[in-house]
Amino acid sequence: MIWGAILGCAAGCYLLKLAGMSVPDRVLAHPVLRRTADLLPVVLLAALVAVQTFSTSGSDASGLRVDARLGGLAVAAVALVLRAPFIVVVVLAAVTAALLRLL
Amino acid sequence: MPAVTTTRSIVRDGIAVGIATGTYGVSFGAVSVSSGLDVWQTCALSLLVFTGASQFALVGVLGAGGTATFAALTGLLLGTRNLLYGLKVAPLVEWRGWRKVAAAHLLIDESTAMSVTRTSRAHARAGFLATGIAVFVLWNLATLAGALAGTALGDPRTYGLDAAVAAAFLGLLWPRLTARREQFAALAAAALALLLVPHSPAGVPVLAAGVVALGLALVGSRASAEADEKGTP
Repeated sequence: MIWGAILGCAAGCYLLKLAGMSVPDRVLAHPVLRRTADLLPVVLLAALVAVQTFSTSGSDASGLRVDARLGGLAVAAVALVLRAPFIVVVVLAAVTAALLRLL
Repeated sequence: MPAVTTTRSIVRDGIAVGIATGTYGVSFGAVSVSSGLDVWQTCALSLLVFTGASQFALVGVLGAGGTATFAALTGLLLGTRNLLYGLKVAPLVEWRGWRKVAAAHLLIDESTAMSVTRTSRAHARAGFLATGIAVFVLWNLATLAGALAGTALGDPRTYGLDAAVAAAFLGLLWPRLTARREQFAALAAAALALLLVPHSPAGVPVLAAGVVALGLALVGSRASAEADEKGTP
């Protein structure tokens, strides 16, 4: 099933790229379509941040929990405000969460 | 940045961007194996999907227990921005036939950014190819390195790699939160997703919240656009 997701996503993403380089510019001239395409990454990434930070997954029923992940995310946000590079942001979040779990 | 733009300086800039992007690739490789994918699957994603946010989203949804369908759909929706990039890049590079078919795979944030600012077709092509190829090579090497390192580390929770996934999404989101509308849409999507988590299967909250928040933001921005038009005589 994971391979299905990988191949399906790969085919779809490639076709989107090829379509972008093939269709005439005026196809996306409509302002609502353009705004939709601009905002889609924002809403999906924001939802992913929230779910990844608070949701509990696994065999038990899914729910929400505040734990070390929120500390990691807070440090990541501070690092982003300070314009730290991506890899630094990610590593700081991991180290923070790991240290909080040791306490 | 040298005073005179030459093909050589464009290629050098492209390689620099590729090296910088490679560091994302290490994060992706480690995050992917900690989400339950194996090294082969992780490398296949970087080789075949080759668009970072979609790859992070796909492994994030799978790692949270979402189905393959929801994972692929979330990745696909994040890939729609490449379509917009194509519209900008195509008239500048003017590739046809097999060249276009091959170049399309390299169409990503970085190759777009390094080609749309060029003033000639030759420079646009050089910027696109140099950046696209450099990022492709380094992204895939870095993915492999990150995946092997992540496998060696073992249980992701011990090292806070679950928090690293959230931080990676935040890092990808951050540069897009420039305007009030984007900030509102992001907050609405995050809140809606959390409301949905206890009541729906994994993978659904992200997609559903994304679509609803998108609708809200579009209605809001249309209203404000109309208000602006009325406000200016």
